[in-house]
Amino acid sequence: MSGNKTWGTQNRTLWFWVFVGPFALGLLVFTYVPLAWSVYLSFFDAHNTVSPTDFIGFDNYTSMLRNEAFTDSLVTFAVFSAFIVPTTFVLSLALALMVNRIRRAQAFFRSVFFLPAACSYVVAALIWKLSIFNGVRFGLANTVLGWFGADQTAWLSTTDPPWYWLVIVTVRLWLQAGFYMILFLAGLQRISPTLYEAAAVDGARPGWQVLRHITLPQLRATSVAVTLLLVINAFQSFDEFYNLLSNSSGYPPYARPPLVYLYYTALGREQNLGLGSAGAVLLALIIAVVTVGQARWFGLGRKED
Amino acid sequence: MTISRRTLLGTGAALGLLTACGSNTGRDGGGSGGSGPKLSQWYHQYGEPGAEQAVERYAAAYKKADVSVQWRPGNYDEQTAAALLTDSGPDVFEVNGPTLDQIQRGQVVDLTDLFEGVKDDFNPVVLAPKTYDGKIWAVPQVVDMHLLYYRKSLLADAGVEPPKSLDELVDAAKALTTKKVKGLFLGNDGGAGALAITPLYAAGLSSVTEDGKVGFDDPAAARTLGKLRQLYADKSLLLGAPSDWSDPSAFTQGLTAMQWCGLWALPAVRKALGDDFGVLALPADGADGKPSLPVGAYGAAVSARGDHRKEAKDFVKWLWVDGTEYQEDFALSYGFHIPARLSLAKKADKLKEGPAADAVRYSTEYGYAEPLLWTPASRTAYQDALSRIIKSGANPESELKSVVRKVRAELDRVKKKS
Repeated sequence: MSGNKTWGTQNRTLWFWVFVGPFALGLLVFTYVPLAWSVYLSFFDAHNTVSPTDFIGFDNYTSMLRNEAFTDSLVTFAVFSAFIVPTTFVLSLALALMVNRIRRAQAFFRSVFFLPAACSYVVAALIWKLSIFNGVRFGLANTVLGWFGADQTAWLSTTDPPWYWLVIVTVRLWLQAGFYMILFLAGLQRISPTLYEAAAVDGARPGWQVLRHITLPQLRATSVAVTLLLVINAFQSFDEFYNLLSNSSGYPPYARPPLVYLYYTALGREQNLGLGSAGAVLLALIIAVVTVGQARWFGLGRKED
Repeated sequence: MTISRRTLLGTGAALGLLTACGSNTGRDGGGSGGSGPKLSQWYHQYGEPGAEQAVERYAAAYKKADVSVQWRPGNYDEQTAAALLTDSGPDVFEVNGPTLDQIQRGQVVDLTDLFEGVKDDFNPVVLAPKTYDGKIWAVPQVVDMHLLYYRKSLLADAGVEPPKSLDELVDAAKALTTKKVKGLFLGNDGGAGALAITPLYAAGLSSVTEDGKVGFDDPAAARTLGKLRQLYADKSLLLGAPSDWSDPSAFTQGLTAMQWCGLWALPAVRKALGDDFGVLALPADGADGKPSLPVGAYGAAVSARGDHRKEAKDFVKWLWVDGTEYQEDFALSYGFHIPARLSLAKKADKLKEGPAADAVRYSTEYGYAEPLLWTPASRTAYQDALSRIIKSGANPESELKSVVRKVRAELDRVKKKS
């Protein structure tokens, strides 16, 4: 009965490779090979080519590190994260607490707040840019402000004050707060009601005291996961920046996160694939250091005492 | 032998996977024509109705090859640059270049021999940036240019004359600005992208000199660019319009009294405003300056990685060199462009009167073409600096000093390869 051996549960190695193999192969071909190739390219003068011949050592790395545009893009990322991580965290937690307390139509409100997560970043960015925050008198924001006698504001073209941050941060908040609200809701629903009952018996005042001493400590694992995801997502920001700020002539020198800058260097008209690869390697190293630092800070992987 | 349902499904899935793995060469598209080798031809997406059908018609009329046309929306220059790295790119493609790096890397085919006997009939201003090392790397299709459109009635109401100098333009924009209408629209970035190097030429300077040196290492450059900051600081500029400078909507909808736009917008402007508009070059600045506007041309190039380079060259010659009737049709029947062939431009009726005639005259008197040595990296460094000068009030001298350094390094890099 050799057929049974093949089709049955005995031949685990075969089935392991049948299920895992295609994905492992995909990962190798579409992730690891390009990654290794990118590291290779970073040591060459690779203008308009992926098979370069002019070895230049670490020149791409030194020029990238000396490049103000690249360092500015890292500052942009830092500013963006400083805005978006805490605001999304607080907003999604607040929404979760609110929805969790609602007794009626909870599913309805959960869906309403989650719905923006289904919208594409590109579409949302274009709605924000073209109808809500365009700079002419018939833009939604300018119309509303006009009722109060305010002048037209060019939201995405004004650097002093930098109103473009308002547009960038609000579109991302709208898009992602609902998703993190769901994570917090799941965390909240896992907290045992007996804890709240015990706290009430002990005389804890409902509201801030219960939130601080019961809810937040119980949400610690969810909070760590949410924070990590928020930081990683902020690093990957591209779509809304690109669609809000770029035009046919290029991209302004402000609010340019690292991925947008590297896109223009490597894949845009510049086609400097060597320099772009060096930037990508540097960015990967920075992300690795930040992630490891963050994991140590949160104590991830440490044995419970 | 009976085939079980599971075997059948498995085979189907395997075949599906194999099909999915097949390469998409982009060779299936509209406009396929005659028999012979299959050629793919790429165009960027023109906004004018009928242009796509026209190029498909031209391709279908060619009998020596089966040409399929791809009309590609989105970031066309980036798409072609990436496609040229692969074997699945186009055989023939329209290019706003090619760039010096594309030529030096051997990504495009030398087309010099296609110009035998007709080279002098091509507009020399647009042929120059397609020429490197004495060879020509693309066939200019139609000539385009940027212009300053102004609304005659609004200027008359404000008692403003069409500006003859950059200072007058700054004053005019301020005088024309009201609560509802801005004086001037140079693009949502305040002019950094649309004007680009035009102000340098208006000041009597250049981006790169003919002997390959930085052309704006001069105090006049900082003075001129400072005036663009003045426009921004005066709040005379329209910013944040739903469509950017290349679309005349802001001008035709009355959001601005003057707009920097392209020749292509002329029919739309005429349709909306009748005779209530005029066109200008960017006015001169300083004693050595002269009015200035950029002139350029998309050209037809042949990819060096195509399998049918000879046939692709033959097709380009047939369409853009021998087929003058196609060039005339493409330039004047849909949008509004000047044919790249001087003989065709001269006899085009549409270009003989009104603002169109002015535009053609400006293109020959004041037009400059972006030099091949002005590489994308130089352009980015310059535009970033210009944006900082305009929007953030950065010091023009120090910003330009840093750009001069970067452009010098770029010039050294590309010269090393030649």
